[in-house]
Amino acid sequence: MGEVKRGYVRPLDLKNGRVDMTHGSGGRAMVQLISELFAKHLGNEYLGQGNDGAVLPAPTFNGKPGRLVMSTDCHVVSPLFFPGGDIGCLSVHGTVNDVAVMGARPLYLAAGFILEEGFPLADLARIVESMARAAREAGVPVVTGDTKVVERGKGDGIFITTTGVGVLPDGLDLGGSLARPGDVILVSGSLGDHGVAIMSKRENLSFDAPIESDTAALNGLIEAMLATGAGLRCLRDPTRGGLAATLNEIATQSGVGMVLREQAIPVKPVVAAACEFLGLDPLYVANEGKLVAICDASDGERLLNAMRAHPLGRDACAVGEVIADDHHFVQMTTAFGGKRIVDWLAGDQLPRIC
Amino acid sequence: MKYIDEFRDGELARNLGASIAATVQPGRNYSFMEFCGGHTHAISRYGLSDLLPPTVRMVHGPGCPVCVLPIGRVDLAIKLALEQGVILCTYGDTLRVPASDGLSLMKAKARGGDIRMVYSTIDALQIARDNPEREVVFFAIGFETTTPPTAVAIQQADAEGLKNFSVLCCHVLTPAAISNILESPEVRQWGTVPLDGFIGPAHVSTVIGSRPYEFFAEEYRKPVVIAGFEPLDVMQAILMLVRQVNEGRAEVENEFARAVTRDGNLKAQDRVAEVFELRREFEWRGLSVVPYSALRIRQRYAAFDAERRFKLDYRSVPDNKACECGAILRGVKRPQDCKIFGTVCTPENPIGSCMVSSEGACAAHYSYGRYKDMH
Repeated sequence: MGEVKRGYVRPLDLKNGRVDMTHGSGGRAMVQLISELFAKHLGNEYLGQGNDGAVLPAPTFNGKPGRLVMSTDCHVVSPLFFPGGDIGCLSVHGTVNDVAVMGARPLYLAAGFILEEGFPLADLARIVESMARAAREAGVPVVTGDTKVVERGKGDGIFITTTGVGVLPDGLDLGGSLARPGDVILVSGSLGDHGVAIMSKRENLSFDAPIESDTAALNGLIEAMLATGAGLRCLRDPTRGGLAATLNEIATQSGVGMVLREQAIPVKPVVAAACEFLGLDPLYVANEGKLVAICDASDGERLLNAMRAHPLGRDACAVGEVIADDHHFVQMTTAFGGKRIVDWLAGDQLPRIC
Repeated sequence: MKYIDEFRDGELARNLGASIAATVQPGRNYSFMEFCGGHTHAISRYGLSDLLPPTVRMVHGPGCPVCVLPIGRVDLAIKLALEQGVILCTYGDTLRVPASDGLSLMKAKARGGDIRMVYSTIDALQIARDNPEREVVFFAIGFETTTPPTAVAIQQADAEGLKNFSVLCCHVLTPAAISNILESPEVRQWGTVPLDGFIGPAHVSTVIGSRPYEFFAEEYRKPVVIAGFEPLDVMQAILMLVRQVNEGRAEVENEFARAVTRDGNLKAQDRVAEVFELRREFEWRGLSVVPYSALRIRQRYAAFDAERRFKLDYRSVPDNKACECGAILRGVKRPQDCKIFGTVCTPENPIGSCMVSSEGACAAHYSYGRYKDMH
């Protein structure tokens, strides 16, 4: 990254300007885009080093050495701006959460942008500002990045890939293979908000009560949960595929089954209504600010209380138990007292016709 | 959720289950066909069979729009998208129906076909208006529920003078399918498929009314109870069917009175009659060729008929030999009786159409009930 001396070039036209091929060609225009947009909003001491990579201090956890956790996530959401967020904050939250659910404290982010020729600079500025705000709020700086421009028609406006690094204290191990029969399954709040917010915007549907994406960084909530010392086995953020996909993954990895209680699963009435309307099942709809926790049954209540004390876990509740099952089925006791499987999603969720 | 939760009340469902258990006569078996995929879905999703006494058996019927769509019809749609370069619009589930050469509309899309999912015919019309230089074809499937919106779209296109819009019409008729099942040798002669009554369609009946079923009740002595798609509707309908059987009655009763009248939606019926006429015959998956069981576009609207416009020739393609969808759609077999169920044929890779939609008997059993086969 570099700096172009002011006065040599006109400032970026952030009102009417558009991304063109020169913004990715390595010349002045690219440097200008970086300095006037990315560095301006995302700037920090590491990004400011202006080298090909950021030099970072060796990570420690509360003064002790820990292990590194690294995760990466590509963001290709359409529409780019949706109720409750945009691709900018989403790209920060997504990766911060992936690092945090490992039990790690997220420290740094790297961001890669693929911009499509013709993309409005005003939209790009909005997205970068939103990213900067999200990074600030999560306390995780973007320390390095990259920008490429592809020809018109070869991208969908903007794609953002973020990579996160965090530090995991020795002695703490969370993972999808650690669930044991008898454990309780907790969720941090209502399900399906993000996916339904996106879908209703895509289909141009509006509801009396607005549906907003739940996109949020969960590292604060997770720190509060870890501080209880509860016997946590696994944390996951149920994004694509929703709660159903996440629990099926864990059940398969751990070689266990699960039983959910349909009546205990929190879904906002407006989200339930929208799902009904769109022919979707909220259990399969994406979340971006919720987590699933599998925990030793004896610590369940204590962990729930800690979650509920945090603003992002206010509506936390227990939704089911882990059981022994050689077939690794996730089952659900329906509100009717009948039973059924909560299966993996087959392909995309497509609305039924009848 | 208002007006929905009332019909999903677990306590009431258990009470209904207890009433059914108290009403069935000892030593007697009851076998009812739920015609619609919407009912099949509700039964599986809410685990209703767990609330029924073992002597009451539900047989899944052919009323799942994508399940009865034959391969040849999907092939036509794929051909339009890949060879004629049209924008092909259709409803959600249709995208996954397996066709020839290992293709489906979803796979044809990945091969470059411009195939778009729409929620309504209004969306398809809008796509046609937005792309005046392209041909836009709406792949119209479904029973009487989805037929009126297609009729309205064609009339709207006609009124607007929209020149690039046409419809590949595959609309089918419920009463024809019910007759076909009742006339089948398994039901009529051999009695291998015992059928003591039908749960009649919900949404279809809002359009056609309850009158068309009166013939079945009279001619075939089979009770019909029209029911909504909510789980309590289904439970209530089963109780009503058990009572009819016990009392030796064969009548059309309407559990779904909040939406269905005897005459149905006359305005919608008029629109359909203006735009469509009966096809002499139509191939159904599972039921094979059924006379006068489907609709085609009238001469008056021929300009909007994709079959005429693109000179499409229908070619029947046999189902995969191992696939039992045909027998399952007629109620002769259950999903778990099929050799490839859950092995070769899964929702991720459906061989037969019953595995495609969550309304299909196989997909419903696979997604919600297969643990029962294993435990």
